[in-house]
Amino acid sequence: MPFYVSPEQSMKDKADYARKGIARGRSAVVLQYDGGILFVADNISRTLHKISELYDRIAFAAVGRYNEFENLRQMGVRMADVRGYAYDRSDVSGRVLANVYAQTLGTVFSESNKPWEVEIVVAEVGEDPADDQIYRITFDGSVVDEQGFLAMGGSAEQVTTALKDRFDSDASLGDALNAAVHALRQENGEERTLDSSGLEVAVLERARREHRKFRRITGDRLSALIDGGGAGAAESAASDSAGTQSGSGSADGQNGS
Amino acid sequence: MSEAFDGGGQLPAAFMNPGTSSFSEFLGAVAPDLLPTGRDLPQGATASHLTPEATTIVALTFPDGVVLAGDRRATSGNVIANRDMDKLYRTDEFSAMAIAGAAGIGIELAKLFQVELEHYEKMEGRSLSLVGKANRLATMIRGNLPMALQGFVVLPLLVGYDQDRGQGRIFSYDPVGGRYEEHDFHSIGSGSVYARGALKKLFATDLGEEDAAVVAIQALYDAADDDSATGGPDLHRRIYPLVDVITSEGHRRMSEEDVARLATAVVEERAERPDGPRAPLR
Repeated sequence: MPFYVSPEQSMKDKADYARKGIARGRSAVVLQYDGGILFVADNISRTLHKISELYDRIAFAAVGRYNEFENLRQMGVRMADVRGYAYDRSDVSGRVLANVYAQTLGTVFSESNKPWEVEIVVAEVGEDPADDQIYRITFDGSVVDEQGFLAMGGSAEQVTTALKDRFDSDASLGDALNAAVHALRQENGEERTLDSSGLEVAVLERARREHRKFRRITGDRLSALIDGGGAGAAESAASDSAGTQSGSGSADGQNGS
Repeated sequence: MSEAFDGGGQLPAAFMNPGTSSFSEFLGAVAPDLLPTGRDLPQGATASHLTPEATTIVALTFPDGVVLAGDRRATSGNVIANRDMDKLYRTDEFSAMAIAGAAGIGIELAKLFQVELEHYEKMEGRSLSLVGKANRLATMIRGNLPMALQGFVVLPLLVGYDQDRGQGRIFSYDPVGGRYEEHDFHSIGSGSVYARGALKKLFATDLGEEDAAVVAIQALYDAADDDSATGGPDLHRRIYPLVDVITSEGHRRMSEEDVARLATAVVEERAERPDGPRAPLR
């Protein structure tokens, strides 16, 4: 027998449900650094990614339920590739992808019983830092155009607060990464240990590559960046890795172009 | 145009379906009008004069990888349609393809194949194997068979560095999608018979990268010498062959200065000896 639930109550229940689902997972942060945009996720899996390439200058990061955001990721890749093929590579923009994600999540939230427990970011690296776009899309389909940095997932508030203290859009990759790791350690209000094996890290590099700007940072280069921290160590690690990237032979290494 | 990629609202359900990692299959489902192949042409029509023909391509392996080179000429009947055409396409980090035959269809096919490989890589999180790439291209050529029968024959040559085997490999195709692995060297296009003769004489298993490029340029010179649809190095207009090199480091296009230097040297030698380098009789 059906019973009456007011729309307000129904929406509130769905929102609470989605928030709880998202809060159970680990966090991810996205922030600008002097060479582009850095993505760091607290993720022990080497193969089930929270951060991925969508298109030449555009990447995706997500927290929440894996099957749901993986679905969204694949949809974004398809849409970007179809658009780029039909028009031109330069006609694929982060804004369009963010809008489609917002529409999709908004529809799911209002029309189905179970909202998706995901929060995602679509980021596009521009010609210069002022052109960078970082969009956060939440489970109900709202879009926020973020400036500089953001944290999402588990204890987003604590992580955001910690990140705010150390964020500097002109920081080197090493410094930005250490700020991100420091922030992710604040999860659940306690200082956690977090080393390179539990991190998924990727960048959209503004200058380095011709067309595909996305690159994962793994293995030795990641450890060196985290341990070194300072600009000098970061630079030498960066140039070192550029030469050996294809030699590493891992599937991750080939993600860049 | 199909609203499949307008991005104005929600996307059709096909975008959310789990399933294929193939871009061309997906495109065939949501926007088949965008595919280069499978168009219905009027029966009995011969329309092959509508697009220029692209011509000689050569490829050869060397110990570090593979070299792919192409001339720059496109012809439409006895008219030179284009003098500085680029017939080589970097398809991903470790592969490249070149086209001979109907230029318009070939360029579209190369573009589709590029997206196909990149799409797979993004969907699956890893690249296809080199043989997987070669088979995928065979399927796409097979899809072009109805067009081929109407005169729009497209023949690709795929080269790549096989990371599992640590060597460069060459794959050729026939119009029905047959895939053939070539050893050491191969050439396609209208000047290929002449180019292949030159490759046969000059190929060696111990060539360095630059020497391999010189062999390719010599072969293209011979093709241009005897085939009117193949363009030789055009020193006056500074239009030189294009040379792509793929090694364990990935794909790289040889710089124009380097190719210009090698091509100029080849042309100067030919001024002394028009038929090119002599092989010892015994």
